[in-house]
Amino acid sequence: MSDMDEMDEGSGIVKKFMFLNRKAPHGTVYALEGLEVVLITAAFDQDVSMVFTDDGVYQLMKGIDTKGIEVKDFSKTYRALEGYDIEKLYVDQASMDARGLTEDDLIVDVTVLPVDEMANLMAEQDVVISF
Amino acid sequence: MPMVNIAGKEVEVDEEGYLVDLSQWNEDVAKYMAVEEKVEMTESHWEVVNFLREYYAEYQIAPAVRVLTKAIGKKLGPEKGNNKYLYELFPYGPAKQACKIAGLPKPTGCI
Repeated sequence: MSDMDEMDEGSGIVKKFMFLNRKAPHGTVYALEGLEVVLITAAFDQDVSMVFTDDGVYQLMKGIDTKGIEVKDFSKTYRALEGYDIEKLYVDQASMDARGLTEDDLIVDVTVLPVDEMANLMAEQDVVISF
Repeated sequence: MPMVNIAGKEVEVDEEGYLVDLSQWNEDVAKYMAVEEKVEMTESHWEVVNFLREYYAEYQIAPAVRVLTKAIGKKLGPEKGNNKYLYELFPYGPAKQACKIAGLPKPTGCI
């Protein structure tokens, strides 16, 4: 009967998905594609969390201006995540420190975690997808 | 990509008829898209279309229908923030049809 615990009113199995964002927002397509996958996953009522680590923390920077590189600035889209019921956003403490960033530099509210707590959180997941 | 002439202006659309360049949007474009979608625009339709344009300006995405419904409920009241109301206005999907009329790209995760 333990399987029943995973059922959400007959709508299917809910798994814990973690999306790990490691790359700077521009220069590669990873950040934007990762964000789109997260938004799509949200439609399936899964338990989604996002982690930003290494240069991935730059994805959440306030005041990004992409005019000079002529690509879309999708940083505002992270603020739409709340409306998609994606509210678990975690940032790696060491990555923030190494880049001289604090929570005040970020466009959304996040939980900053030290590496051991981040490791525990990852261990709890059913699926971890890295971008 | 195909070009269409709307009220004397050349406008680029994608293969599904969505506007390619958001900045080319105006009321004539909206009316043209509405005719394509067989939607007769009323004040209620414009309200949703304008809401979508504001949403896009703020978040840079077209919302999924579930998100749109919730956001409209918050802003315009529960009598409008429900599927029945929105599907009556846009029978082939409020996100899909209303986004097209609003000049936005097709919503990510539009299923």
